[in-house]
Parts: sequence; C-alpha cells; structure tokens
Amino acid sequence: MDMRTPLGKVRGLGSAKEGTDHFWRQRLTAVANVPLLTFFVIFIMTYAGAPHADVVAALANPFVAVVMALVVISALTHMRIGMQVIVEDYVHAEGIKIVLLMLNTFFAIAVGGLCLFAILKLAFAG
Amino acid sequence: MTNVTKSRPLSPHLQIYKLIPTMLMSIVHRITGAALYFGTVLVAWWLIAAASGPAYYDWASWFFGTIIGQVILFGYTWALIHHMFGGLRHFMWDLGYGYEKEFSTKLAIANAVGSITVTLLLWIVGYIVR
Repeated sequence: MDMRTPLGKVRGLGSAKEGTDHFWRQRLTAVANVPLLTFFVIFIMTYAGAPHADVVAALANPFVAVVMALVVISALTHMRIGMQVIVEDYVHAEGIKIVLLMLNTFFAIAVGGLCLFAILKLAFAG
Repeated sequence: MTNVTKSRPLSPHLQIYKLIPTMLMSIVHRITGAALYFGTVLVAWWLIAAASGPAYYDWASWFFGTIIGQVILFGYTWALIHHMFGGLRHFMWDLGYGYEKEFSTKLAIANAVGSITVTLLLWIVGYIVR
C-alpha cells in the first residue's frame, strides 16, 4: 500500500511543460484561419453553381490546391481543439468523455483525410 | 481527497445570471464553432464530389442549389462570419485590450449586427454576380 499523499507523489516532478500548448495552438490556427477562410469563402462564391470542368480546372491550379489544403489542415486543427474543450467542459463521466475525445480526433482526421485526398486527386489527376 | 472534491463550492450556472450581450455572444461563439465543426462534412462532400466526376458533382451542386441547400449554406456562412468576428474580439482580449464594460457590450452587439450584415451582403453580391 502506498502511504504517500497525492501531493508527495508529484512534488519535484515539475510541470509537463505543455500547459499552454492548446491555448497557443488555438490562437495560431485562429490567426491562420482568418486569411485562409476568407480565401475559401471567396473561392466558393466565385465557383458556386459553376460547371464541373471550371471547378476542377480551378482546383488543379497549384496555388489554389495548396491553399485549399492549408484551409483544411488549419481549420480542422482549430475545430478539434475547440471541440475537445466543449467535451471537457460539459461531459464529466470519465468513460463517455474519453470515448468522445477519441471520436473527436477520429472525426477530424477522417474529414481531413477525405478532403486532402480529394484535393490531391484534383491537383494531380484532374 | 474525494470528499474535498465533492463538497467543493460551485459557482452558479448560466440560468442564474441575467442574460447580457457579452454573455450571449460567448454562447453563440461556442454554438457557431460546434456548427462549423459538423459543417466540415459538407466541405468534404463537396471536394469529394468534385474529385468524383461531373455526374456526381452536378448532383451535389444541384442539392446546394435547392432551397434546403441554400438555407444550410446561408446558415453556414453566417456561423463562419460570426465565429470569425468573435475570434477577432478574442485576439483583442488576448493582446490585453477592450475589457471595459461599456465597450465590450457595444462590441458584442456589433458582432451580431456585423455578422448578419456581412452575411447578407455576401449573399446579395453572390446572387448578383451569378
């Protein structure tokens, strides 16, 4: 049986040195999202209702393809952290919380995988 | 230790306080963020449709053009603009400015008015250009 107090167990170990990691990444992606999503909105407005060939030609442009991929990566990173905070704020049952946190990451990666594959296919294969 | 955690005093929850603009915009910021989260499915669907070929893309494009599709996209536009304006307020606070009561209340109202105005403008421009 361990007789040490909870404080005694952690004393002297120091911090994990990543206490502000989420805070920082949320701000970093937020800053990136402003120009990236402005581009995204303008792109969608320009090509809304346009013929398939026009949309494919636009997305095949290297600049557009790379920026579109950055939109996806930055936005998904941002929203994944955001949803994690929401889950941690409202879900207090340990088991459900862990499942939801896992699903959150799976969702972000699944959406990201699908988006990036589609962008790369459009860029390389049309 | 467990007992200490359980009997810890808790601050009252949302329904105890009077609803004020800054508080409402904070809630709306979170709700729009959550909506945008699930909205990424539409972005993925649109990109996959474009990558799948003309027939499937035309079908996806048709759906976004229906009244239901347009309502969803309008809501999505507003959620994005509102969340972005809310984010700009957060940048200001992170830099240490704008904590004055009167000012933050005005800015919260401006966030709502601004997001609705810009969304409407974008859609009006979108329809004119088309």
